[in-house]
Order: sequence, then structure tokens, then C-alpha cells
Amino acid sequence: MPARVSIFVTCIVDQVFPRVGMAMAEVLERAGYQVEFREDQTCCGQPAFNTGYREDARKVAGHFIRVFRDAEFIVVPSGSCASMITHHFFDLFPKGSSQYEETEYLAPRVIEFSRFLTEVAKVDDVGARFEGIVTYHDSCHALRELRIKEGPRRLLRKVRGLELREMSAAEECCGFGGTFSVKFPEVSGGMGRTKLDSILATGASTVVSIDSSCLMQLQGVFSRAGAPLKTMHLAEVLASR
Amino acid sequence: MLMKPEQEEQIRRTVDNPKIQLAVYSATARLKEKREEAVASEALPEYQELRTQANRIKKHTLENLDVYLEEFEANVEAHGGKVIYARNGAEVADFILGLARERGVRMLVKSKSMTTEEIHLNQRLEHHHLEAVETDLGEYIIQLAHDRPYHIVAPAVHMTRQDVADVFEKNLADPRTEEPEKQAMIARRNLREKFLAAGIGISGANFLVADSGAVCIVENEGNARLTTTAPPIHIAVAGLEKMIPRARDLAVFLKLLGRSGTGQLLTVYTSFLSGPRRGREADGPGEFYVVLMDNGRTRLLADAEKRQSLYCIRCGACLNACPVYRKIGGHNYPGAYSGPIGAIITPQYEGIAKDPWLPFASSLCGACAEVCPVKIDIPKILLDLRKEVVEDRAVHGGGFVERKAFQMYGWLMRRPKLYAMAGRIAAKMARLPGAASIGPAAKWGSVREVTLPARKSFRDQWREREKSK
Amino acid sequence: MTPREEIFDRVRKALGRKPGEKPAPVPEPRIRIPEIPPERRVALFAGRLEALGGKVYRAAGLAQVREIAAGILEGAAAVCSTDPLLEKAGIPGLTGVAGGFQDEPSLRAACALAPFGITGADYGLAETGTIVTRSASEARLISLLPPAHIAVLPLSRLLTGLDEFYTVLPKPADASSSTVFITGPSRSADIEMILVRGVHGPRVIHVIVVDEEHATNR
Repeated sequence: MPARVSIFVTCIVDQVFPRVGMAMAEVLERAGYQVEFREDQTCCGQPAFNTGYREDARKVAGHFIRVFRDAEFIVVPSGSCASMITHHFFDLFPKGSSQYEETEYLAPRVIEFSRFLTEVAKVDDVGARFEGIVTYHDSCHALRELRIKEGPRRLLRKVRGLELREMSAAEECCGFGGTFSVKFPEVSGGMGRTKLDSILATGASTVVSIDSSCLMQLQGVFSRAGAPLKTMHLAEVLASR
Repeated sequence: MLMKPEQEEQIRRTVDNPKIQLAVYSATARLKEKREEAVASEALPEYQELRTQANRIKKHTLENLDVYLEEFEANVEAHGGKVIYARNGAEVADFILGLARERGVRMLVKSKSMTTEEIHLNQRLEHHHLEAVETDLGEYIIQLAHDRPYHIVAPAVHMTRQDVADVFEKNLADPRTEEPEKQAMIARRNLREKFLAAGIGISGANFLVADSGAVCIVENEGNARLTTTAPPIHIAVAGLEKMIPRARDLAVFLKLLGRSGTGQLLTVYTSFLSGPRRGREADGPGEFYVVLMDNGRTRLLADAEKRQSLYCIRCGACLNACPVYRKIGGHNYPGAYSGPIGAIITPQYEGIAKDPWLPFASSLCGACAEVCPVKIDIPKILLDLRKEVVEDRAVHGGGFVERKAFQMYGWLMRRPKLYAMAGRIAAKMARLPGAASIGPAAKWGSVREVTLPARKSFRDQWREREKSK
Repeated sequence: MTPREEIFDRVRKALGRKPGEKPAPVPEPRIRIPEIPPERRVALFAGRLEALGGKVYRAAGLAQVREIAAGILEGAAAVCSTDPLLEKAGIPGLTGVAGGFQDEPSLRAACALAPFGITGADYGLAETGTIVTRSASEARLISLLPPAHIAVLPLSRLLTGLDEFYTVLPKPADASSSTVFITGPSRSADIEMILVRGVHGPRVIHVIVVDEEHATNR
């Protein structure tokens, strides 16, 4: 068991949801890990990559590689950013380039937070307590690129006081989609509202996910609709006592 | 601007139209559910294996397409049919018009074909006073309404029975009815006359089978069978990419197509047609033609990665799975193909500059790739096309502000100290009055509340925490 | 260049191939024929077809085929194909049944008016509830124009499914210009996703499965 893990908090958690990063660090420490935060970290490059700016994305990805090249484990509180690194860095660098090879070395060490707990640390019960009815939103990249589906649910079921209810549209996109959300606001907002209907039908008061960007989208839609729903990152729920 | 303001307005109107939203959402939900049941591991344990095989067979066929075209042509001719090559839609129309003129044909019937939709064949024929009657129930309604198909497998999915009653009342002599059953019988009666009088039947092809010189057509109503049986001439119009090597490959594709499209194990009719009627056969067309059309396909073929766009078997599963299609519907996509497959095919057929917004109209959720029976990696192609749009705009202009913003991003994200400082400034600026009314924040805020950046970033909090240890 | 030459040229350029260049080996499709004993096949076939709104009957011999057909027809007019099996069963002799059409115009006229079309079936596919008719033995219009279709399927021709069909008949075009799989009655859901039967083809399909042992011994 590695005693030490490095965390890549992602730019959105760093700038918008620092509490998610703090919660993740806390849960990891409680699980017995020494947590390291490398201050030179910034972003994975996904915003540029997904919008078609490969050159700019490549530069940012190169920076990520330089910062984390010698880390043993890099834990990420986002399925989407983790997948950018483990899947799409390979689309950025030509096969045989040093950065491609470095990505080959790095990719297996970059692990989404819930997967790190269930598959590396092998803990389902982190000793959390949270009172309330919760529904879990499958973020698309975690679900379809990383194949993360059961792990987060297993962790949630072990939380004392928490009741997990499935929504019918758990696997449907929240509508965020990065720059899609501002290029096509009506469509993005409409997708969020469809999701809201499905969430409301469960009677849950809190929506949990492993991606802060989805939660930002959903919270924005809930607030605009005046829906009495809260969004929480899985790390926040697991850090609750 | 990626999109014209009127296109944006049109999309807004669709999203805000509760009638359309309900019709499309419930129809796609139903199709989605039926597909899921049909491919569930209890129902079809070999589903994933079949997908992999279908992908491999399509890949192989396209990689060796010249060989299969030759084989197909030889076999069609051996059975007494004829293969015509058309570089574009105009050549397809020219062939049909020429043949109609020679045979004195004034009216022809058509069964559902996305390929002829793609080249606006009906308009081309009607322009030369050749009447072309659509015979699929949905397509018939659409044609009478002068509308465009909304969905690859359910063309009139956006119309209610009242809409259909209006269209029939305006165009047909039958008494008005709002019962779908009776409406279908009105169509049956009216079209039956057309089938029996038409001089030519035009069909599409779901598959072109090289070792048999055959076209394979799947359908539920029987209109494709009538189109290819009753008139004395049958013309099948198909894109080059519809080729598969052998009849037995259909054992793979037919199991996937019906299930993916509508959840059916097989559609009601699967016709396997090769050549005109033979010596002892009692009926069937006396002449049989297959028009093989390029219309941009060979351009796609040249790109080894994006070539997979041509694997598509037009099941429509990606439309039903796509949250964007389900919001904006079929008519906001330019071209004949809507949904995720349209978003990758149309820009490749017509060039990315024509509708540069198309590849961006996706949240990249990946639901399309997950349901695709031939495993087309649609999100990957969307990403590649986005890259091409960005590169094209860098050369031909457009997108200046965004390009500069991402250059700045690429620069800043390699300078952690500056990035941290910029973050601190941004957190303050975001709280200034009026900040929410500019740029992306305004777009974001137009439909949902804005979450402000934290007053203190993670890195600043972390530093404090480490110090206090 | 003719369109043909140009298209071949474009294709070969796109693929980097030369004329006459041999193709790479083609991947084999997955063909696996399940073992289903005949009686289970009939049950499977009937279950599938009935779920789609079709009707399945079991006849011990050709005499019974005739009885069942007569029961379905109830004296109504029908067009009958030239399938020898139907003749052996005496179907053309039933009241109102017309058969033996050799020329297309009279066949077409009869099919356009008759409430029933009666054909044989070259094969059946149990897994999907499908019957297969081929133009070499069955006129196409008989199973298409009349509003109801009766098909007689010898049990020995009831295959398990698609995989067995393509094993038995890997080149369906060799002997017949048309091979059609018919899986239930004609249907459409184009208006509000509401199922309507008999849009263009028959709204009713009856399949009589006959034990051929008896059929040939007769």
C-alpha cells in the first residue's frame, strides 16, 4: 500500500470548489495516506482539447506531465479530467514521442478518486455519516470512458444515515459538456432541466457525483428553477461525519 | 459566430416548444427502451461480439472497396441487372430521368431511402415533371406536408395525429379522421393505386451484397416490397459504403439492425433482391438497376480514422440516445442526416465550413458510441472535426476572440504562479457589478445560475493548512 | 473519364490500392447454430410469431392442412401459389381458391381483389418467427397484396434461425431473384408511435406447420 499520494485537484476544484479538494484530502488521510499537493499543477488541458485547440491543449498537457512525472499515484476528484489524461493525452502526442511514452508511464497512475478508494485502497466504508436521501448522477466520462458505475454507489451505501435512490435518467448527460454549455446554452439548460425532472421524481434532497463540473451545471439549473435540491461531490459526502 | 442567429433562434424555439419536446422525448425514450431490452445480455448474449464483428467486416470492406465493387457489379450483371455509377446527386437524377423518358414513365413510387433524401431526388425529378410518390407511411405524410424527415427511422415523429389529419384533409379526398389506424388505411388505399400504376419503383438499400450482386432492404410496412415488385422497373439507389462482402455477413448485420433501430429481432420484411425476375418466376420487375453513388464518400474514404463514419447502417440508435438530438430534434440539423451521425457525416460530405457549429453541438457524453451497433467512435470524430474547424478558421478567419483566449489559456496554464494570481484577481472581478453580463458568464447565466469562483482557492487554503500543521 | 472510371480511381487513390490488387483476408462472421429439437422449434417459432400478432397452426398431415386452411378461409376468395405442396394438399380445390396463375397481369388482378393469399414457405426461422419465401417457388404478390396471408411450412424446413439459414443457403441469389424474410404482419408506428397492422402488406398472417413425414407418405 503506497503511503503517499499526490492529488491533482483540477482547475475547477482549485478555483471554484476548493472544499471538494479539501474533503478529498481529508478522506485520503483518514484512509491512511499521506497527501501531497504539487503547487505547480494547473489544468489538464481538456477545455482546449474539447474545443478543438489541440496545440494549446498539448502545451497544458505537457505541463501536467512535467509536474507529475515522478508521482507514484495521482488521485483526481473528476472522472472527466482523469479520462482526459488517461485517454486523450494519447490523441495529443504522436506515437513514439517522449511525451507519448511519458503518458504511457503516467496514465496507469492517474486514478479517479472513487476508484482509488475502491480499487487501490480497497475501502468501501470510510466511516462517514450523512443524513439524507441521495441520488447519484453518473458523469458521462467516468461512466463511458472510465467505466465507473458501481464504485461510487458502493461507497455511498456504506455511509451511515444515507439512503441511496436511483433516478431513471442516471446515465443521461447533465448538459454541461464544457464549452458546449456556453456555445449552446438553451440546449445545455434544457438537458439540465430534463435531468432535474428525473432527480425530483426520486424524492432525493441531494445529488451526488464525482465531477464538480456536472454539479456546477446541475446546481445552476436547480437554483434557477427554484428546486430545493443540493449538489455535493462524493468527497464531501465521504468527509461528512 | 459558429452559427447564424436565425439558426440559434430556431433551436431556441424547438427547445421551448412543449409539444415537440414531448413528442420527441417520449418517442425516443420508447425506442431507446426497446433497444435496451433487445440487446440485453439475457436476450442476446453475443451482442458485443456481433458489434465487434460488424465493425471488422465494415472496416475490411471499405479498406478493399474497389474489389467488392467489382465483384458486386459482375454478380448483378450475371443475374441480368445493371450497375450505374453516379458521382453525385445530379447524375443519379439524370439516369432516372433518362430511363423514365425512354420507357415513357410519368410516375414512380419510392420506398424510404435516406440516400435519395440526401440528394433531394424528389425535387430534382419533379423539376422535370416526373412524379415521385413516397410510400412509407411516415415519408408519405412528410411529402404531403412538404416537410423534411425528422428522424432516420421515424420520419414523422414530430407530428401528432391531428397534424396528420390536417395534412390528409388538405391533400386527399378522404373524410377527416384523427385515428392512426384509419389514417394508415387511407394511406394504404391511396398508395395502392400508385403502386399498381407506377412505371418505376425506386428503393434504397440497407446492404449491397458483393458475392450475390444483391440489395438487401429491411422495412416493416411492405411498401419496399411493393416498390420493388409491382412496377416493371426497379432502381435501387445506394451509397458506395453500403457494401458487405457476403450474404452470410447478414447473419451479423440483420441481428444488429432491427434490434438497434426499433428493438425488433428482425423487421417484418427483409428483402434480398438480385436482378430482374427470372425465367420461371411469376412476377417481379423486368428490369433491375443499382445506382452506386459517391457524393462525397470517397473523400471520407481517404481519411483512415474518419473513414469509420461510413460504417453506419442507419439504425437511428444514436439519435434516440443523444440528449442533444432529443432537445433540438431533427430539423435543426442541416442535411438529411440528423443526430450524432448527422453531426459527423454532414460536415464531411459538405465540408466543415458550411455548418461549422455541427461538431460542437454535442456535450461529448458518448451515449451515441455506446449504442452504435457497428462501433463508430462518434465522439472521437466530433473532436477531430472540431480541431479541423478551429484550424480552418485560423486560416480563413472567424473565431478570433476564442482563439486568442485559448492561446492565453495555453500560456497561463504553464505558469503556475501567474495562474494563481490570475485566479485571485478573477475571483474578485467576478464579484464586481455587471460581471455576470459579459461573455461566457452571460451565456451561462441565460439559463442557469452562475457559481462564482471561491474567494480563496484550493491552493491558498492548502498552503494555510500546511503552515498551521 | 466515365463516372465509373472516376469512382474507381477515387476509391483506389483514397485507399492507396492498385487495380487488381488482392484484398486482405475477410473476417468470418459469427455463425453458430443452436441445437433445438423440432418440437421445441415449433414452440419457439409459434411463440415469436404470435407475439407479433401472427397465428400458428400445427397440422399432422396434408389433409389437416386443407382442413385448417378451409377453416381460416370460411369460403372467402383466395389466390394460391403454384407450390406443389399446396397442390398435394388440395388447396386449389377449396371453394373460392384460384391458383395456377402463369401470367403476371391475371395474377396481379386476382391478388388485388382476393382477401387471402396462400403460399408455401421455403423455410421458417424459429428464433425470430420468420418465414422465408423465394420467388423461384412463390409469386411475390400473393404474400403481399391480399390483406391476409396463409403460408404452409413443412416442419423439416423450420430452421433454428439466421445462422442456420445462411449455412443451408449461403448464396440465396443463385436460384432466385428474390428471397424475402417475413416476420409477422405488416406494421407501422409512424403516427405517434401507435402500432398499426396491415399498412401495405397483409394485416394477418397464418402459418400452418405441417409434419412432412405425413406429407410425403400421403
